[in-house]
Amino acid sequence: MAVKRSRLHLKELESYLEDVDVFDTPKILLEQYTTTPHIAACILHMIHTNFDDIHNQTVADLGCGCGVLGIGAKMLGACHVVGIDIDTDALDVCRRNVQDFELDLDLIQMDATEMCQEIRENSFDTVIMNPPFGTKKNQGIDMKFIQAGLHLARTAVYSLHKTSTRAHIEKKAKDYKVHMEVLAELKFNLDNTYKCHKQKSVDIQVDLIRFSFK
Amino acid sequence: MFTSPHGKGGKQDKMKLLTHNMLTSNIIKTVTNGYPLKIVPTQVEVKTVDFNPEFISRMLPKIDWPALCQAAQSVGHGEGLPEALTEKYEEDEMLLKKVHHVLMQVEVLEGNLVCPETGRQFPISSGIPNMLLNEDEV
Repeated sequence: MAVKRSRLHLKELESYLEDVDVFDTPKILLEQYTTTPHIAACILHMIHTNFDDIHNQTVADLGCGCGVLGIGAKMLGACHVVGIDIDTDALDVCRRNVQDFELDLDLIQMDATEMCQEIRENSFDTVIMNPPFGTKKNQGIDMKFIQAGLHLARTAVYSLHKTSTRAHIEKKAKDYKVHMEVLAELKFNLDNTYKCHKQKSVDIQVDLIRFSFK
Repeated sequence: MFTSPHGKGGKQDKMKLLTHNMLTSNIIKTVTNGYPLKIVPTQVEVKTVDFNPEFISRMLPKIDWPALCQAAQSVGHGEGLPEALTEKYEEDEMLLKKVHHVLMQVEVLEGNLVCPETGRQFPISSGIPNMLLNEDEV
């Protein structure tokens, strides 16, 4: 299936993204959980239509996992998309997805918590990511992803964060001297991905945030 | 080294020279100038990507030209690239096409990226450069 269009409708984008394979065995230490096709399509479509930060742009998908955000960005007409992840297994799934869609993405294995210093500053127009929430044993990792994103982006960083951490992130955005705008509140339905999840599924409130430079 | 042509929408994922142009090894603790990384390719492929002159013109001031020329030479596609960019590059379609070719169409499938100072190798395997370092290196 060759997909090469920039004027995809929301529903159409979502139905394509439903074919993106997900993690076989998600790793709790990396807080791997899948961005659902619905959420991915909604946020990409919003970035595309409200800010025009995808079409003809260079885009990094930080902590790309199976690649749903990067693949969607490519479908919406990004000229160059790079998916970055630390995990070999995630990159394997991502590579298979990219091949199945016959899309043209580059992948790099890199530790985003090192601020992506192995990529030169301002290398991308846009960074789009669904980073770990920084719960479990990963406290603070969400902020490291934001800093990595701000290092890479020329125009804006789009990122998903727990609504409960909004005040903290606002304070940090001030420290980093960047603008922060909450674009949407989304409900994330996390299936019982890990053994430590007691309920069958949990709904968590998530903010889609846009960081941009002053 | 082996270069093979590849049809549109190649099945295999690879590293573009546009991506290489961004990578450095400056994070290694003893390194002061880890840029550009040398490319030692064992397999290079060429695929067809739609030419977008507007995009290439916009990217040109953002890429490091000497690093691109060095990278293009190391994968055997450096011919015809001028040593320095002229001022009116956006009107030079021949040049834009050549740059499009090396930035977007020439890709490294297997090989190594090498830190210019320490010789530390970053393997490229199935088109994915592994930039992970050991804790004692950073």
